[in-house]
Amino acid sequence: MAELLQFVFSGLTVGAIYALVALGFTLIYKASDIINFAQGEFVMLGGMTTVFVTLAGVSLPLAALIAIIVTTAIGLALHRFAIEPARGASPVALIMITIGASIFLRGVAQIIFDRRFHSLPSLFGGDPIKFGGAAILPQSLVVLASAMVIVTLLWLFIDRTLLGKAVIATAANRLAARLIGVDTRRIVDFSFAVSAAIGAIAGVLITPIALTSYDVGTMLALKGFAAVMLGGIGSALGAVIGGLLIGLFEALAAGYLSSNYKDAVAFLIILVVLVSIPQGLFGRTKIERV
Amino acid sequence: MNGQKSQLIVYDDGGSADNARTFASRLVEEDKIVAMVGGSTTGSTLAMIPVFEEAKIPFISLAGAIQIIQPVRSWVFKTPHTDKMACEKIFADLKARNLTTIALISGADAFGKSMRDQCVAVAPNAGMNIAIEESYGPRDSDMTPQLTNIRNKAGVLAVVNPGFGQGPAIVTRNYRQLGIALPLYQSHGVASKQFIELAGPAAEGVRLPAAALLIADKLPANDPQKPVVVDYTRTYQQKTGQAVSTFGGHAYDGLMILVQAMQRAKSADKARIRDEVERTKGYVGTGGIVNMSPTDHMGLDLSAFHMLEIKGGDWTLVPGS
Amino acid sequence: MRTLLETRLLPAIVVAVIVVMLPYFFPSAYYYRVGALVFIFTLAVVGLNLLMGFAGQVSLGHAGFLGIGAYSVVIGPVYFGLPSWLCVFVGATVSGAVAFLVGRPILRLKGHYLAVATLGFGLLVAIVLTNEASWTGGPDGMSVPKLALFNWQVRGSDAWYWIAGTTLVGGFVLALNLMESPTGRALQAIHDSEIAALVLGIDVARKKLTVFVISAMYASVAGSYLALFNGHVTPDVAGFLRSIELVAMVVLGGMGSIVGSLVGAAVLVVLPQVLTIFHEYEQALLGFILMVFMIFLRRGIVPSVAATFAGRRK
Repeated sequence: MAELLQFVFSGLTVGAIYALVALGFTLIYKASDIINFAQGEFVMLGGMTTVFVTLAGVSLPLAALIAIIVTTAIGLALHRFAIEPARGASPVALIMITIGASIFLRGVAQIIFDRRFHSLPSLFGGDPIKFGGAAILPQSLVVLASAMVIVTLLWLFIDRTLLGKAVIATAANRLAARLIGVDTRRIVDFSFAVSAAIGAIAGVLITPIALTSYDVGTMLALKGFAAVMLGGIGSALGAVIGGLLIGLFEALAAGYLSSNYKDAVAFLIILVVLVSIPQGLFGRTKIERV
Repeated sequence: MNGQKSQLIVYDDGGSADNARTFASRLVEEDKIVAMVGGSTTGSTLAMIPVFEEAKIPFISLAGAIQIIQPVRSWVFKTPHTDKMACEKIFADLKARNLTTIALISGADAFGKSMRDQCVAVAPNAGMNIAIEESYGPRDSDMTPQLTNIRNKAGVLAVVNPGFGQGPAIVTRNYRQLGIALPLYQSHGVASKQFIELAGPAAEGVRLPAAALLIADKLPANDPQKPVVVDYTRTYQQKTGQAVSTFGGHAYDGLMILVQAMQRAKSADKARIRDEVERTKGYVGTGGIVNMSPTDHMGLDLSAFHMLEIKGGDWTLVPGS
Repeated sequence: MRTLLETRLLPAIVVAVIVVMLPYFFPSAYYYRVGALVFIFTLAVVGLNLLMGFAGQVSLGHAGFLGIGAYSVVIGPVYFGLPSWLCVFVGATVSGAVAFLVGRPILRLKGHYLAVATLGFGLLVAIVLTNEASWTGGPDGMSVPKLALFNWQVRGSDAWYWIAGTTLVGGFVLALNLMESPTGRALQAIHDSEIAALVLGIDVARKKLTVFVISAMYASVAGSYLALFNGHVTPDVAGFLRSIELVAMVVLGGMGSIVGSLVGAAVLVVLPQVLTIFHEYEQALLGFILMVFMIFLRRGIVPSVAATFAGRRK
């Protein structure tokens, strides 16, 4: 029994990481229907920038803040210089732009930072919490808790604030939103900035567990997609549940079946979900107008 | 060298075997090289070998797998210790401590997989019984499921982790997280200070086989390698500001073996250079003392590896190795 | 002369001329190698262009078919004793079959759902190739036995230059014919509006599947040639970055432009060779090019150049 509990703890640890990454996709998608492939790079930038700023002698909290600000600025720049000019392009073209952006950011990170692995200190120390014969790191609980907090904040924002309603309006029909006085450009700016910030925060929090390097972005983004597809794109709660579920499936597969094909679990889930319930667990089916 | 300036042409293949092959072609056809040192991964080395064999150019590889020099290829040599040697060294130490039933947890990357295959192959001869095997992806962030299975397997006395990159650091941390008290052995793939930094306090007591380069200042004064490794360490740290790693050491050895061979050959003739590389005897390098022969194109034996243990955040020499 | 310029096979003739004339400028075998590589990748890109540029679908996992073709020419000869040239066809058939099986369910999807589904497919192929080491040699890959044609072992970059070049011309002819056929016109209609095409009575699902299978087979043959030429194959050939490179080649050259496929492949194959000292900047440059083209030059190089000339003539 203790071993099942350990597998569950492992699943929650990894799943919380995926959940936090997946949350970053939600707001941009909600505001503009774009899937931002560069979201993984925001996570990488959060972690790597913090590492390098601390190496320069700055204290950890300040370094993390700097990293978050820098990443948010990059998210904003991504929208202003790469997405905005291409407004009206097909979804595929926009996906290609974000893929290009992710490769670009990774290439630049390679040059500015380095190609080695780095870690950050955990918030509450590295001693594991023992429970029922299994052990979980306190940092895992921190990641899990942050995911929950962000989901709640996002929900409150979308549901209870005027700005949140403006985001929904922008996504539903851009022209109509502008006609009622919503500055749609600013709204999408804002969504990119916030998503980048969420990514950076994720990066800072998961580095003590998963380490970081210039190329962690790709795999994280891919697992993040799987989480978002499973949970339903556009649903913040779905992103978290999707992430946790994928983490659990992976851990159970590694523990009980073969550890070799663990990675395949996430991508198999993408295919199965897309073929059967494309809108995911919590998403809504889109109706295409002709 | 020999009264002529030598020219070094450097290409970075980015770890891609395809690119390596194209650059190899370029070096042979365009740059008209007479000798080659390189190929840091087994994949890129294997991709380049046909090019250099056909052009009859001596090629000193910097990759780890044993199939680069076994079967012996006339024009191909290598400097790093083979993964087979690493397994043998680890098994010898385990045998000496009477820990003959072990678990393997290996990375699915090329290095980890290759070494795992070698360990499985040499285990029976070394008197080792591999009771359980697990593996993890190179990008995984939590290996506690696999380690839990290992911990629950009855009779396991020690754990060996063939792997490269961040995986072994995470395995080591997870090891401590689960409170597993069995001895843990890492591979020479993590032979750098960075591993100790990343694994943190969990690295205490971990053993691994490594070249003398890592413990330059702790070598006994009469060790023939001491002057070479101390000098290399000092120069490297001065020039780059980073701690040495055995990978740089292998490249250094490859270059120096080539240079000395060319000096002995007193010519730039490719065949003569190859013959002299094969005749390398008593070359004291960062990886060990190299004695090549027509049947041994690596020239290192088990004495080139020292068994190290991590104590107090630093490398220490395990007595008697 | 006019009819020659207006024939639909003009691009194929242009490519044939290029293939024949280029070697006069080659100082050494290295250039034959680069040329052969360009032609091999162009073959894959032509197939992908039919799918993306012409039919308007997207595939972010196309390197998976490259991988199937590449490993067919290793596994066939080594484990089954089949001759290499036969394995090229076997690989294409297997790729086609896989494309048929996978395409049926996922081609129903649109936009980013289709993109992510193809992405997942490509990644799964790469994972299988990496893990099934007893068949594929694992992450380090395997050596590929040389191609033997009529008792002559094909070796040397110049031989491969001609093989790849002639296959490419053939591939062009096939693609151009497809584009002008009823299927081709149906695909264009589907690209413009799937619903309208459905209304017109076009079997949209079947046509999409057809072009998906064809593009998979193009990629497979290219993959087989790549493996035979290089003499060694690793699971990277099916990797995510490879898929993105293929898409970048399509985008660069011009989506829907068959000649553009050659331009796109040429730029991206030659780029790392030119950038040697600046190798570090290669990734950043690739990403940058992709972004710039998709934002400002969405039509790609060849259509943009063609449009400028067409405008001038008026």
